[in-house]
Amino acid sequence: MLFIDTLVQGVLLGGLYALFAAGLSLVFGIMRLVNLAHGDLIVLAAYLMLLVVTVLGVSPFVALLICAPAMFALGWVLQRFVLNRVLGEDVLPPLLVTFGLSVVIQNSLLETASADSRRLPAGDLVNASLPLGPVNVGVMPLATFLSAVAVIMALQWIFFRTALGRRFRAVSDDPVTAGLMGIRPKSIFALATGIAMIVVTIAALYLGIRSNFDPAIGPARLIYAFEAVIIGGLGSIWGTLAGGIIIGVAQTFGAAVNPEWQILSGHLVFILVLLLRPRGLFPRAYD
Amino acid sequence: MQGYVKTATRASRPFVLLLALVVIALALAPLWASRNTLQDLFFILTMLSLAQFWNLLAGYGGLVSIGQQAFVGLGAYAMFGAVILLGIGPIQAILLGGIAALALAIPTAFFAFRLQGAYFAVGTWVVAEVVRLCVSMWQAVGGGSGTSLPRDARDGLIGLDQIMALFSVRGAEARDIILYWLALCVTVATVLGLYAFLRTRSGLALSAVRDNIAAARSVGVRAEGMRWRVFLIAAFGTGIIGALIFLQNGRISPDAAFSVTDWTAFVFFIVIIGGIGTIEGPIIGVLVLFALQSAFAQFGAWYLVMLGLLAIGVTLFAPKGLWGLISARTGLSLFPVRRRLILSDPSEDKP
Repeated sequence: MLFIDTLVQGVLLGGLYALFAAGLSLVFGIMRLVNLAHGDLIVLAAYLMLLVVTVLGVSPFVALLICAPAMFALGWVLQRFVLNRVLGEDVLPPLLVTFGLSVVIQNSLLETASADSRRLPAGDLVNASLPLGPVNVGVMPLATFLSAVAVIMALQWIFFRTALGRRFRAVSDDPVTAGLMGIRPKSIFALATGIAMIVVTIAALYLGIRSNFDPAIGPARLIYAFEAVIIGGLGSIWGTLAGGIIIGVAQTFGAAVNPEWQILSGHLVFILVLLLRPRGLFPRAYD
Repeated sequence: MQGYVKTATRASRPFVLLLALVVIALALAPLWASRNTLQDLFFILTMLSLAQFWNLLAGYGGLVSIGQQAFVGLGAYAMFGAVILLGIGPIQAILLGGIAALALAIPTAFFAFRLQGAYFAVGTWVVAEVVRLCVSMWQAVGGGSGTSLPRDARDGLIGLDQIMALFSVRGAEARDIILYWLALCVTVATVLGLYAFLRTRSGLALSAVRDNIAAARSVGVRAEGMRWRVFLIAAFGTGIIGALIFLQNGRISPDAAFSVTDWTAFVFFIVIIGGIGTIEGPIIGVLVLFALQSAFAQFGAWYLVMLGLLAIGVTLFAPKGLWGLISARTGLSLFPVRRRLILSDPSEDKP
C-alpha cells in the first residue's frame, strides 16, 4: 500500500522533472547545445510569472499565457545574438557562455527579488486531491504529470508532423546541407530555443505553484533535468519522460527510507544507469 | 645546415629574473605586509593555484569540469576528519586531503569519462553534489552544519612557537604567516611544476591534444591516457589547496566547502578573463579578479553579475582572454613552451 503510494507519487514527481528536462532535450537534440543556465531560466520564468500575478492580480495560469511569449522572445534573442556565435566543433565556448549566463541570472534575481522564498499563489488547488483507486493523488502533481505528457506529445508532433519540425530534423542531421536547401540553420536554432523557453515557462508554472522557489535553486533543477535527459537517452523526447520518472521514483523511495536520502538516491540511480547503459535507455542521437 | 630546438624567448630570460625577485619579495612578505595584506595574498595565491589546475583540465585537457568543488571540499573535509578523529597534525593532514581527493578522482574519472563535452561538465557536478550530500550526513565532522578545527590542533601547528618568537607576534598572526608560506610554496610548485610538465614530451602531447585532438591522435598521442593523467593531477592539487584554504578558515561546512560559486565559478572567471590554455592567463586573471573584488565587492551580487557578463564578453569577443590580446600584440611569451627549430649554419659556433 505504502509501496504503491510512493510509486505513484514518484511517477508524478517525475512529470515535473520531465518538464524541466523537455526544453533541454529539445535544444540538445537540434543543436547539440547544453545550456547550463537552463535551471536558472526556469527560476527566471517563475519570477516573471510572480511579477505578472502580483502586478495584474491574475491567476498563475493566465500569467503563463502572458509570460510564455516573453520567454519565447528572450530565448530567440539569446540564441540569435549570443549562443549562435559560440556553436561549433569546440564544446568549450558554449559551456563558458551559458555558465556565465547562469551566474548572471542567479545574481540579478538575488539583487532584484532578494533571497526570500516565494511561491505562485494558486488558491485551494494546491491542497486538493483526488481518490484514484487505492491512493490519494494531489491535483497539482497530476496536472503537472499530464502537462508533461501533453508538452512531450506537442513537441513530438511539431518535430515529426510539421514543416517546422522537418527543418528541425534537417538542421539536426546536417546544418550545412540543410543550408544548401534554403534553410537558415541559425534562424531555426533561434526558433528552437524560443520553443524550449515556452516549455521552460510551463515548467516554471508548476515549480512555482507546488513548492517555494528562490534565486539559488536553478542549478539543482538543471541537474535533475540533465539526469532525466541522459537516462532517457540523448535526443529522445519520450526517453526524457522516462528519465524524469526514474529520477522522481528514485527520489520518493529514497525519501521514504530517510528524508536525507531523497536527492542523493536520485543522483545514485543516475550514476548507476550511466554505468550500466552509458548511452541512456532510449538513445536516438549518435554523437 | 644544422638545427637545434629552442624554447626560450628574448622576454623569458629577464622574466625569470623578475619572477625570482617577485617570489623572494613574496617569501619575505611577513616582514613588510600587514596581517590583512597577508590574508589577501593568501587568497590570491590559493585562487591562482586552483585556477592553474582548472586551466590544466579545461584549457589543456579539454575537460570542462564544474565539479572541482568536490575535490576542494573533500580535501578540506579529509583534513578536518584526520585532525579531529585521528589527532594528526593539521599540516600533515593537508597531504591526506590531497590523497583523499585523488582517491575520489579515480572512480569519478571512470564515471565521467563516459560523458562527452557538456555532459562531462554536468556529470562532474553531479559527483560533487553526491559527495556534498554524503559529507552532510557525516556527523563526526558536524553533519550539515559543519564544525570548527579544535583549538589545540590550531595551536599545535608546526613551527608556531618559533614564528611567534621570530616575528614577535601573537599566535593567530603566526598561524597566518605559516599558512601564507605554505600557500606560496604550493603556488610556486604548481606554476613551476605545470611549466616543467608542459615542457616534457607528455606536455607537448597534451598541448597537441588541446590544439587538435584528431591530429594529435594521428601522430600517436594517447589522448585517453593524457586525460586520466591530467584529471588525477588536478584532483590531487585541488584537494591540497582545499585543505589549506579551510585550515586557514578554521571552520568548515558542506555548503562552504562544496560551493560551486567559490571554487568553480570564480576559478572559471579567472581562467577565462586571463586567458585559457596558457600559464600566464590565470596569473593575470587572478590579479584582475582581485582588483575587481577590491573595487566592487561592496555591490554584493551585482559584482558577480558583472563578472559573469565580463566572462561572456571575453568568450565572445576575445576567446584567448587578456593574455591572448597582449601576446597577440607583442608576441610576448613569459612561460614559453613552444619549441622552435633554429636552423644554423655548421660554420657558425654551436649554441
